Amino acid sequence: MINLTADLNTIWFVLVGVLLTGYAILDGFDLGVGALHLLVKEDRDRRILINAIGPVWDGNEVWLVTGGGALFAAFPLVYAEIFSGFYLAFMLLLCTLIFRAVSIEFRSKQPARWWRQMWDTGFSVGSIGASLLIGVALGNIAWGIPLTPDHSYAGGFLDLLRPYPLMVGLTTVALFAMHGAIYLVMKTEGELHDRVRGWVRWTIIVFILCHVSTTLATLLFVPHMTEAFKHHPLLLAIPVLNGLAIANIPREMHHGRAFRAFLSSCASMAAMMLLFGIGMHPNMVFSNPVAEHSMTIYNASSSPRTLRIMLIIAGLGLPIVLAYTASIYWIFRGKVKLDESSY
Amino acid sequence: MDAIFLARLQFALTIAFHYLFPPMSIGLGLILVIMEGTYLRTGNELYHRMTRFWVKIFGLIFAMGVATGIVMEFQFGTNWSRYSRYVGDIFGSALAAEGIFAFFLESGFLALLLFGWNKVSKKVHFLATVLVCFGAHFSAVWIIVANSWQQTPAGFHIVKHGQAMRAELTDFWAAVFNPSTLDRLSHTLMGAWQAGAFFVLSVSAYYLLKKKHEQFARVSMKIALLVAVTASLLQLVTGHSSADGVAANQPAKLAAFEGHFDKSAPADMYLLGWVDEEKEQVSGIKIKGLLSYLVHWDTDRPITGLRAFPPEDRPPVNLVFQSYHLMITIGMGLIGLSLLGLLFWWRGKLFSSRWLLRLFVVAVLGPHLANQLGWLSAEVGRQPWIVHGMLRTSEAVSPRVSASEIWASLIMFGLVYLLLFAAFIYLLDHKIKHGPADETDAQQAGRADA
Repeated sequence: MINLTADLNTIWFVLVGVLLTGYAILDGFDLGVGALHLLVKEDRDRRILINAIGPVWDGNEVWLVTGGGALFAAFPLVYAEIFSGFYLAFMLLLCTLIFRAVSIEFRSKQPARWWRQMWDTGFSVGSIGASLLIGVALGNIAWGIPLTPDHSYAGGFLDLLRPYPLMVGLTTVALFAMHGAIYLVMKTEGELHDRVRGWVRWTIIVFILCHVSTTLATLLFVPHMTEAFKHHPLLLAIPVLNGLAIANIPREMHHGRAFRAFLSSCASMAAMMLLFGIGMHPNMVFSNPVAEHSMTIYNASSSPRTLRIMLIIAGLGLPIVLAYTASIYWIFRGKVKLDESSY
Repeated sequence: MDAIFLARLQFALTIAFHYLFPPMSIGLGLILVIMEGTYLRTGNELYHRMTRFWVKIFGLIFAMGVATGIVMEFQFGTNWSRYSRYVGDIFGSALAAEGIFAFFLESGFLALLLFGWNKVSKKVHFLATVLVCFGAHFSAVWIIVANSWQQTPAGFHIVKHGQAMRAELTDFWAAVFNPSTLDRLSHTLMGAWQAGAFFVLSVSAYYLLKKKHEQFARVSMKIALLVAVTASLLQLVTGHSSADGVAANQPAKLAAFEGHFDKSAPADMYLLGWVDEEKEQVSGIKIKGLLSYLVHWDTDRPITGLRAFPPEDRPPVNLVFQSYHLMITIGMGLIGLSLLGLLFWWRGKLFSSRWLLRLFVVAVLGPHLANQLGWLSAEVGRQPWIVHGMLRTSEAVSPRVSASEIWASLIMFGLVYLLLFAAFIYLLDHKIKHGPADETDAQQAGRADA
């Protein structure tokens, strides 16, 4: 059985994981909406898509910012070496996130066609690019990257574009697109609603194909990610539950219960992040080929005092954040109605 | 150009651009609280329209702040990895706290502020406005804590971690309330209030000159003028107290502010001047002994000068001198202008003297220039240190990021930010020209400015 007496470093490993999972689930659907945005052509429909995420997208993005801050505070070595090691990739990610953010704010401020088309494109390309890059980064961390004895990244930009990380990247785009489509089913009405339901059907097929191939590739080529499951067979319940959650999505959609389908999609994302975390633990970044150079939750962490203080800060702050975030989602529940304060 | 210089240039460019927006969110946030609070208290529809108009502008500014702020959160890692490894224990904590306590609050309740008018009651909407304003102020608190720790580090010790040394926290509250935190926080917040207030003044003065939305503009102007006077006068106190702190904790920086080279002699203060760094001389108009007087209340007391420091420990003098003096000149101008506004209001001519209104239209640039110059003197004045007395800027960059990679990102940021700035100004101009909604409502609502 797993050892339940967790140490401070493991708690922080879990907390950073929780923040990144929160980011994946929340920003995941608005990145997905962005990825699908150009599929509708009429201005009114595009406005409905943007306003479906309008009140919540920047709060969702704060999960990434806070996740980055938490990584800096708890595991400064990872923050320093991964961000500088993946320099150009991170710069591209920043560029996509900037375009996405301002496109949402800018597009509806002017009625001209060229203006709206420009920011619509920025929004969509930015969303797809950000999802892809986030997936590629995770894929590289799982696959392992060459690290020096003092844990610096020893490769270049092109080394990051190997088949496995690219596969994880595509899976992420497909996952977010599916997640976003399900979200849109909850937020739209009428003819658009019917079209969005069609999107769920094909995005889920693409996602399942990607997910199965990535899982097979992990089983075949990334043995260290599956090590923990060999020692603790009970953990295999998680992939089983993940499979059930994914299978439940088309079922709920068939019965017209979009909210439950959305919850299943969230559960599946949480399960996948959990699998990722279990596979990585106690490594933060796996070093390949020399495993001894890996960054672990012990050699990469801040001092115990800082970890303790930050735990108090997170303990004070996060429950409040969760409470008001939930209230805000509750206030903005239901179908999108365009009014004078909409984008 | 070498990688260190390029990394610094990129940081300077991205932070300077980012810093156009947060001060306006903080200052405008406060003004929104005043406007909507008045609406809630009086029920006067005019204040409702004012709040709605300025909220829309707030949304645009906020989006720019978010978009450019993400870059800042990650740039310590991408370009300053040695720094991040060295100080992550302390500096990273402040950034994480900023996320948890400030950013979630701001962005969460901004949703209600922008889109919640028909979804929640007036009181809940006002609460959201107050919380967004708090969030904006909290984010200043944590980022100033982090930056002040670089200026006057406290509450830590240096230990060996792996193969390298790093700073680890020993006393959380000592690090948070390090010697310069409170001075710099108050100085920064007042600068932000000025930025918000002079922005509202500028737009209102523009409407009055164009004879559009006049009632709206008069009331907006009065509220903004009160904030501007308060913040500008308080800058005298916070500015003085900040400089006092610099004198006590960062003597090389203070010496660079005034181009004071003598090892230990009474120091003058310049109104204007030019520093010849080779000859170690300043020429210009000065008031004898004023710096000594301001620091020690005695014109003859000596002040430590730059020659007391080896050349490799001195900041660039003329750049710091010029930016510091220009900041003070602009700051004095803003005090004068806001008092003049008050005087004209008292004499009932604030809304009719066209030259004064024209001055207010252009004065929107004042706080932004002063804020940028103030940060320039604070950050360049700290050189050659990235953490004062502990870690040099040259030892803090990411060793594996090459000059050509930084060139690539620098050009990317340059182009993207140019595009964003053009689009921002275009939209802001459009929103301002379009003005607040429904003129007729205001006439029915009666005279709120009587």
